[in-house]
Amino acid sequence: MNTISQFLTADHRRCDHFFAGAEVSAKPDWVLIQENFSQFHSALTRHFSMEEKVLFPAFEQFTGNMMGPTRMMRMEHEQMLGLCARMVAAMRAQDETEYSGVAETLLILLQQHNIKEEQVLYPMSDQMLSGQVTELIGYMQTASSAQS
Amino acid sequence: MTSLSMDQAPPINAPFRFFLTAPFFLVGIAVLLLHAGTQVWVSRWSGTLLAVTHLLTLGFLSMTMAGALLQMLPVVVGSPVPRVQGIARVIHLSWLLGTVCLALGLYGWGVILLRTGVGLLSAAIGLFLWVSAYSLARAPMRHATVLSMAYALLSFLFAFTLGIALAGTLSGDFSLVVTSFIAMHQAWGLVGWMGGLIIGISYQVVPMFLLTPAYPARITRWLGGALCGLLGAWSVTGWLSVAGSVWWHTVFGLMLAMCLSLFATVTLWLQYKRRRKIFDATQQFWRIGLFSLLIACGVWVVLQVMPSWSHSSILLGILFLYGFVTALVQGMLYKIIPFLVWFHLQSRLPKGQFAPNMKQLILDRHAHRQMLVYLASLLGLLSSLVWPVLIYPSALAMGVSGVLLWRNLLGAAWQYRTRYATLTNST
Repeated sequence: MNTISQFLTADHRRCDHFFAGAEVSAKPDWVLIQENFSQFHSALTRHFSMEEKVLFPAFEQFTGNMMGPTRMMRMEHEQMLGLCARMVAAMRAQDETEYSGVAETLLILLQQHNIKEEQVLYPMSDQMLSGQVTELIGYMQTASSAQS
Repeated sequence: MTSLSMDQAPPINAPFRFFLTAPFFLVGIAVLLLHAGTQVWVSRWSGTLLAVTHLLTLGFLSMTMAGALLQMLPVVVGSPVPRVQGIARVIHLSWLLGTVCLALGLYGWGVILLRTGVGLLSAAIGLFLWVSAYSLARAPMRHATVLSMAYALLSFLFAFTLGIALAGTLSGDFSLVVTSFIAMHQAWGLVGWMGGLIIGISYQVVPMFLLTPAYPARITRWLGGALCGLLGAWSVTGWLSVAGSVWWHTVFGLMLAMCLSLFATVTLWLQYKRRRKIFDATQQFWRIGLFSLLIACGVWVVLQVMPSWSHSSILLGILFLYGFVTALVQGMLYKIIPFLVWFHLQSRLPKGQFAPNMKQLILDRHAHRQMLVYLASLLGLLSSLVWPVLIYPSALAMGVSGVLLWRNLLGAAWQYRTRYATLTNST
C-alpha cells in the first residue's frame, strides 16, 4: 500500500464486502443481518473518519479550498449515514421492503461517491501530496484504530 | 484545479429530457413494424427498415446514451460540461426533431425531410461531440474509462460523417459514396460508438453496482484502443481493393468479434462472481444483453464463411441493437433514473425528512414485468425471421414494452415533480 489511492481503494472494497453481507435475501435472517450490518457500519464510519480527519484537511490545506470537492464528499458522507440510520430503523421494524429499498439507494450513492474518489480525488491527492503520502497513510491508520 | 467539480451537476432536467423522450421511439418503431407486417424483412434496404434502424439507434439508444454521458462526465471523469442546461436543451430538441425528420425521409416521405433531418442532427450531434470532447480534454485524470469514452466519441464522429455522406447520396445532393461506406457507417456506429461506450462505462459500473471483482487491468488497458484500431484497419482494408485486402478485411473483422466476445465473456464471468444476493431486473437485462452480444459475434463469424446466408444482416442487427444495446440501456435507466430522483430530492429536503427510496420510485415488480415483455418481443422478433407472421405479436410486445418503460420512468419523474412542488410551496 504505497499510495493513498491503493490504501483507501482497498478500504472501499472492504466496506463493499461487508455491505454485500448486510443485504436481505428472500427469507431474511434478521439476527444475522443485524450482525453483518453493524460490521458494515463500523467499516464505513472508520473509513469516513480516516478521510475527514486526515486526508481532506491535508487536501484542503494544499489547495486552500474548503468549499471544493471535499465539501461535497463530506455532504455525501452525511447522506450515507442518514441512509444507514433508516436501515437500522427498518431492521428494527423487520420491514424487508423498506430495508432493501434503502440499501439499494445507499449502494448506488456509495458507489458513485467511490468512483469520484477513486478516479479523481485519490489520484490527485497522490500527486499533490506526494511528499507526505507515507506519513498521511500512517495518520489514517492511527485515526482508524482510534475509531474502532 | 479550480475547475475540478465533484458535485452531482448537471441539474436533473438536463439528462432527464433525453431519458424521458427516448422510449417514445420504441413505440414509433412498433407502429412502423406493424404497418409493414409480414413484408418487413423482405429487404434490409427498405424504407421501413432504414427508418426503424435509425429510430432505434439515433432515437432510443444514442439519445439515452448522450443524456447519460452528460450526467456521467462530472462523476466519472471529474470534468463537467459547461453551461450544460442550455446546451442540453438545444441538443435534445434538435436531436429529437432531427431523428423524426430523418426517419420519415428514409421511410420515403421526401428529400426535404431527409435534408432537414441531417441538418438538425448535424447541429445536435456536432454540439454534443464538441462539449463532450471539451469536457474529456479537461479531465484531470486519464484512466481506461476516459480513454474508452474518447474512442467512442471519435467513432460516433466517423459514423455520423459517413451517415451524412450516405444521406446526401440518397437525396441526390452529392455522390461520393462507395459501397463500403455503408458497412463502415454501421461498424463505427454500432461497434465503435455504442459498443465502445458500453465497454468503457462497464469498467466502472459492473464492479461497483453489482459488487463483482474488477475487470482485469490486462484487458482494460488495451480493449478500447484495440477496438478503435481494428475498426480503422477493417475499414481501410474494406475500402482498398488491392491484393490481399479482402483476406485482411476478414481477419480484422474476426478480431473485432473476438474483442467483443471477450468483453461479453469476462463481464458474464464477473457477474457470476458477484457478491450481491439480489437479482433484479437490471441484472436480467445485463444477462440478456451479454448473451445477445455473444450470439451476435457467433453470427458474424458464420457470416464470414457463409456470406449468402439470407436474413443474416437483419439477424445481426436485431441481436446487436435490440438485444445487446437496448437491454443494457434499459437496465441502466432503471438505476440512473430512481437514483437521480432520490438524490436531487434528498438534497433539497430539510434535515429529518426523507425522499422515497429507489425501490419506492420504481417498484421491482413493474421493472420486472417490463423486462419480461421486452424479452418476449426480442425472442418474437428473432423468430419472425423464420415465421414472418410472428412480427405482429412481437411488434405489439415491443410497443407495450416501450409504453411500460415510459410509464415506469415517468412515474419516478412524476414523484420528483410532485414532491418538489410541495417543497417549494411550503417554503
